[in-house]
Amino acid sequence: MLQKEGKIRIPAGCAISGIFHKDGTRENGTRIIDSIRTMHDRSNGLGGGFAGYGIYPEYADFYAFHVFYDTQSAKDECEKELERHFDIVNLSKIPTRRHPRITDEPMIWRYFVTPLHTKLAASQLDEREFVARFVIRINHTLDGAYIFSSGKNMGVFKASGFPEDVGEYYRLEDYEAYSWTCHGRYPTNTPGWWGGAHPFALLDTTVVHNGEISSYDANRRFIEMFGYSCDLLTDTEVITYIVDYLGRKLGLTLEEISHVIAAPFWSTIEKQEPAERERLTYLRNAFASLMVTGPFSILVGYEGGLMALNDRLKLRSMVVGEKDETVYIASEECAIRVIEPGLDRIWAPRGGEAVIVSLNDGGKQ
Amino acid sequence: MKRVYVNEKWCLGCHLCEYYCAFANSGKSSMVKALKDHKIAPRIRIEERNNISFAVNCRHCTDPLCVKGCISGALTIVDGAVQIDSDKCVGCYTCILSCPYGALSTSNEGAIQKCELCAKNEFGQPMCVQGCPNKAIVYEER
Amino acid sequence: MAIDFLYPQYEVVRNYDRCIACRACERQCANEVHFYDPEFEKMMVDESKCVNCHRCVSLCPTRALKIVKTDHTFKENANWTGKAISEVYRQAGSGGVLLSSMGNPEPYPIYWDKILINASQVTNPPIDPLREPMETKTFLGKKPGKIERDENGRLVPNMSPQLELNVPIMFSAMSYGSISYNAHESLARAACALGTYYNTGEGGLHQDFYQYGPHTIVQVASGRFGVHKDYLEAGAAIEIKMGQGAKPGIGGHLPGHKVGPDISKTRMIPEGTDAISPAPHHDIYSIEDLRQLVYSLKEATEYKKPVMVKIAAVHNVAAIASGIARSGADVICIDGYRGGTGAAPTRIRDNVGIPIELALAAVDQRLRDEGIRDQVSVVVGGSIRNSADLLKAIALGADACYIATSALLALGCHLCRSCQTGKCNWGIATQRPELVKRLNPDIGSQRLINLVTAWDHELKEMMGGMGINSIEALRGNRLMLRGLGLTQKELDILGIKHAGE
Repeated sequence: MLQKEGKIRIPAGCAISGIFHKDGTRENGTRIIDSIRTMHDRSNGLGGGFAGYGIYPEYADFYAFHVFYDTQSAKDECEKELERHFDIVNLSKIPTRRHPRITDEPMIWRYFVTPLHTKLAASQLDEREFVARFVIRINHTLDGAYIFSSGKNMGVFKASGFPEDVGEYYRLEDYEAYSWTCHGRYPTNTPGWWGGAHPFALLDTTVVHNGEISSYDANRRFIEMFGYSCDLLTDTEVITYIVDYLGRKLGLTLEEISHVIAAPFWSTIEKQEPAERERLTYLRNAFASLMVTGPFSILVGYEGGLMALNDRLKLRSMVVGEKDETVYIASEECAIRVIEPGLDRIWAPRGGEAVIVSLNDGGKQ
Repeated sequence: MKRVYVNEKWCLGCHLCEYYCAFANSGKSSMVKALKDHKIAPRIRIEERNNISFAVNCRHCTDPLCVKGCISGALTIVDGAVQIDSDKCVGCYTCILSCPYGALSTSNEGAIQKCELCAKNEFGQPMCVQGCPNKAIVYEER
Repeated sequence: MAIDFLYPQYEVVRNYDRCIACRACERQCANEVHFYDPEFEKMMVDESKCVNCHRCVSLCPTRALKIVKTDHTFKENANWTGKAISEVYRQAGSGGVLLSSMGNPEPYPIYWDKILINASQVTNPPIDPLREPMETKTFLGKKPGKIERDENGRLVPNMSPQLELNVPIMFSAMSYGSISYNAHESLARAACALGTYYNTGEGGLHQDFYQYGPHTIVQVASGRFGVHKDYLEAGAAIEIKMGQGAKPGIGGHLPGHKVGPDISKTRMIPEGTDAISPAPHHDIYSIEDLRQLVYSLKEATEYKKPVMVKIAAVHNVAAIASGIARSGADVICIDGYRGGTGAAPTRIRDNVGIPIELALAAVDQRLRDEGIRDQVSVVVGGSIRNSADLLKAIALGADACYIATSALLALGCHLCRSCQTGKCNWGIATQRPELVKRLNPDIGSQRLINLVTAWDHELKEMMGGMGINSIEALRGNRLMLRGLGLTQKELDILGIKHAGE
């Protein structure tokens, strides 16, 4: 019998694409769907998904939970938990359109929530930590419920299917985002579970990833020491937790995070000036178990920015294009050209070289 | 010039150098054929007393007394190494008497014998060095 | 007495067609097995003295010698084996404790040989170490677990003292006394050349070897032999030895006849006296006492050096390791029951302790369960026989491995397990000058360098095959391992799946 995602580790190849407007301009999901459609052959119809930032301006101060439910009882139980910990200001089914190639849909619900003041105060936790713990706990313990998006003013939309079909299914033309990332999946096994699709998200951090990291279990067993639970056994999940841990919990900058997870070779570090050498050696040694090896290209989305990173050997393709204030990043150049033929500049970042783009006004729209 | 040097500190007194030397200059294809039931007459000898031992063979002196003393011109210096021309040797043993190291000896083949760094035999490299188990004998430039 | 007679275990077979009577065998055998009989004009043997060390076999220029196990036998008995019977005779004759050397040779399972390694196919490319960088440099020591920044927002290097290893292999503790001066010099020089460390063991540090201090781990054991301020300051790290895999729960004993002038000076004990290490440290009767010693040593060396704590792998090793991790130690060293020794009571060597594979898996998991794996590095030893064992150990969770038996083999040891006699024909486990000189450190250090370099090459090849190009991504990466022929319980403890899963 085939095992569901999380019971077994499934290697996957993939396509990724991203659009980022540094000036904060928002665009709907049409072009990102066109981009990923061009790389159709990099997916095999077993998973696709999108993350959009800036899509819920009317609820910008609330955590937007997107949840899959397998059963009504799971929904009831999850909602009971939600009500115990959060003030739910809005809840609804996520609008979808019937699609011939998207089948076996779970119930898909959206909640805009804010932690109950008393609960938050009693927990003595930072608000984001409170939310993150709740999400991890539900996903780890509540069978049949899966919170696949949990950030503010952003959302993840994913399903089993080809990514362009998934985009149409979720009516992404109705959402406007300053930052879009998307993912088409080519898993080598067929669990057909929606939760296994990417992007993977925790709070406002989302990761889409192409590759199969060979350091997986080293990373997983390390990061699980810090309250994370890698239930999906996917690379994307563990990378998300690493980014969350290093960034949100320890306070490393994204550039520093890139020097941990795609640390330069020792031979490169030795060639640096003493201060830089010391800094890079420190980062690599202090967080050695969070280095990620094996092929990957990832897009890390977060509120106000986007980071693209390749593994240190650049074993996966990834190109970056620029046109005016818009940055495009994709597995293949064609996926950028198809939506923006007149690029100012296009280049392939080197292995381990992080490309970090941010809103010009620092995210204050 | 490369010479055979002896590190007395590492000599174990196993005498294997003597046997490798005797074999190397025997012209036989195996050590068993060359040395079985033979009393060996090697060109390198272990000197030992108490716990001190070391190998002695021709030093290939820069100003060799043996060459000076040779009455027939059988001993000459070729590329820095002292060599014998057996055809010219008349067996007067002046060289044996004059060598301060005792590195020359009589030979069963009529003339005298001495270490010629295995240059003339099939090995081409000093066999005592190759056979030494503890690098107590080395062949090197100094 | 006839009742005490034991037929020799080994027979020396000499091919007289080949023997040229060069007498090298005779000169090289410290056990006086070989002798020349002028009457017969032949080499003769007294095989009752033979320990099967192969010195004569190795040096025989005509390959005329071999050693075979005798076929002399007791009546077949699966329970009362010849060994079991002979040991009773020996003890009935002597009234003494049976002594043995080197690691446990009994046929217990070897888990390394029941673990298989993964390789990349299709979904993830193997990496060719000849074309791409492949990194095996590692650091040992506590990791900060948090960052600090100065007023300009720059990262402050808040790292505890670390040991930097160019290869994840160190030479484990063997004291000057249990092994020779030349063996120590070989280890020290090789450690320097390789960019790793050797360990003084509990015998102090010979004055001549202070020059290798930056690549030396100085040990503090229960006897405190040779421990003084300069000694502590000489090393790159300090190791507190609580136990040893070959003889958990007991101390050590260097007999007085091995305590010559040099050893006496190095150990700071009178010449000719027995050097007895007590079973416990008499200032450590519990974990809180260990913490005090850890911090005493740190105070003494101004917090500039990592402090390691070495223990034998025993039943509750995981809990002990957890306690050590919280004692302030920077590195925990675990020694498995196959680990070697210069001398141990046979019963203890062969029956006490647990396999390093299981101990390592349990310790690594326990430290992770408690969230403190990063506070301490884990080094394992006790029979790492080759680069595959090394790789499997790292994938199970070790930061680096200690090797000692393998290192001695590289120096010429033939595992005759007679170290306690002090007549090591290879110049390793002896203090007799004429035997010690048989180990030329020029040769010895080069052979150690060769061995470790070869293992490092192989490690890189296997890592490349897995698609891993840095050792930190291999550490604890148990998904890269599969068990073969193991029970579910064993798999659970090792934290790996069965092949095919």
